[in-house]
Amino acid sequence: MAGVSSEPGFLLTTIEKGANWARTRSMWPATFGLACCAIEMMGTGAAHNDLARFGMEVFRASPRQADLMIVAGRVSQKMAPVLRQVYDQMAEPKWVLSMGACASTGGMFNNYALVQGVDAVVPVDIYIPGCPPGPQSLMHGILSLHEKIMSGEIQRSTGLV
Amino acid sequence: MSDATERAESVEEKRRAQHEIWVSGTEERMPFAASTNEGSQEMLPRDQDPALDIQRGIAVDDDFVTPERVVSAERQIINMGPQHPSTHGVLRLQMELDGETVTRVKPIIGYLHTGMEKTAETLSYAQGPTNVTRMDYLSPFANELTFSLTVEQLLGIDVPPRADAIRVLMTELNRVASHLLSSATMGMDVGAISMMIYGWREREICLDFFEKVTGLRMNHNYIRPGGVAAELPDGWEDDVTNLIKVVNAGVDEYEELLNGNPIFLDRTLGVGVLTPEEIKQFGITGPVARASGVDWDLRKAHPYCGIERYTFDVPLGKHGDVFDRYKVRIDEIRESLRIAEQVIVTIPSGDYRTTDPKVTPPPRARIGESMEALIHHFKLFTEGVNVPAGTAYQAVEGPRGELGCYIISKGGARPWRMRWRAPSFAVVQALPVMMTDSLIADVIATLASTDPVLGDVDR
Repeated sequence: MAGVSSEPGFLLTTIEKGANWARTRSMWPATFGLACCAIEMMGTGAAHNDLARFGMEVFRASPRQADLMIVAGRVSQKMAPVLRQVYDQMAEPKWVLSMGACASTGGMFNNYALVQGVDAVVPVDIYIPGCPPGPQSLMHGILSLHEKIMSGEIQRSTGLV
Repeated sequence: MSDATERAESVEEKRRAQHEIWVSGTEERMPFAASTNEGSQEMLPRDQDPALDIQRGIAVDDDFVTPERVVSAERQIINMGPQHPSTHGVLRLQMELDGETVTRVKPIIGYLHTGMEKTAETLSYAQGPTNVTRMDYLSPFANELTFSLTVEQLLGIDVPPRADAIRVLMTELNRVASHLLSSATMGMDVGAISMMIYGWREREICLDFFEKVTGLRMNHNYIRPGGVAAELPDGWEDDVTNLIKVVNAGVDEYEELLNGNPIFLDRTLGVGVLTPEEIKQFGITGPVARASGVDWDLRKAHPYCGIERYTFDVPLGKHGDVFDRYKVRIDEIRESLRIAEQVIVTIPSGDYRTTDPKVTPPPRARIGESMEALIHHFKLFTEGVNVPAGTAYQAVEGPRGELGCYIISKGGARPWRMRWRAPSFAVVQALPVMMTDSLIADVIATLASTDPVLGDVDR
């Protein structure tokens, strides 16, 4: 190709920036669909909205291969221990996205059955409002998480909750 | 028990005990192993399992004549779910396997129990649709319609013909959207991942129309007691006409993709069979029942919203296997689009909600002129719709079958008790009959074909 020098080039960056860049560009979500929000999460992954643009189309069935848990839907008292188990099985570094009103605060169901906010069980990085949040909202949440990762340090505190 | 296994178990116990989780809302911590154990809901030892007779074909017909199999010592129990990509929600299946053959199945439900029936007792009849629309989240319009019809039955009011036509249009398009998703996920579960992409392509068009009409892609709260929330937007006829054209073309593509595909046929033909007798014994309705040849559709048997005025057929299957369920759903999409086509032509003009002042607030202009209008407005927005004491049951044909709502009213603005008849629940309890004695790979195909929505099962 014309204009390309045969001299070997170099690139200056910090290890933090390089590592964080790599982490945001192929962040694999764990499938943790619970209710209505899970349908919108599937819709975000489908052709129309195309989550593959962010290197995120591979929803992993195994938590061991996943970096991001999108808690999509209402978390019942019975489901909470299961959710925690899946979170514990994910390898560090890991992030949690609370999708929708129910996962974030219990939503409209202030009753005996639901956990009033998933942050009682796992540490949450980003909350997405909406009932259910549309694909655009979910993508906005994901991009906000990318910004958060890019501005943070490599090491993440493993202090739970 | 040998020493080695005993030691291994105690190590495992210690390891699990180290994990603790928080009990929600308190500072208490619960040992992890205790927290995920569901006790008597889990699979019992063989000699204590009451469900075994049913699965073995004493109570219902056994599809397979199983010779007394030599039971190997290596029988294992595995969990599928509650977190699993193919369970279509948070269903948990405990399966006892002998090699690759499933010998026992136990569905465990309740992981999505939201207490909606209890919450309904604290919500007024005007707030009710907001609650019920989130039950079966793939058929929000059907839920709202069931609730609204039940409340209208208690109130003893009729809705204008235009509201009826809008309701029919929206519920039938909802059936299309639901079946599109069902076909898409079923294709993905048996290995046709392109089906997932195609199904969502057409579903997005339906969702766009819903968003235009109601403001939301899901959980619309559009159909309310007394009519619907708003008039259809300008140009809706063109939108629906375009939708019908695009979805019909898409459905033709699915059939081209799947109907002759040898892998798809191998995975679906003769798998997960239910006989008509079993359908009746388990109370299964909807596409799963019709795939077994049971001709039962509430739109024909107990018509609602004037749906008997439209011409449509009820597609029936013959064999009751996974393929027939897929085919029945595909045909139902076409029939629902046929109804939508007729709605565009025959929709009457008039009000989109009842003018009964006890249910619908008066127009803004009337409040300044009429004392009575002002009182009605005040009463409606402080107390809500007053429903006389009584009980009512109403069912509609949702995308998954007979969706029924039973309300007990003791007078006042809130129901005293609300109870739902969920079509998915009947299907989930029949899963052991379909899955026992089949291969573990067929479990996925069978589950996908029954299309349960766990929000509907657990509520």
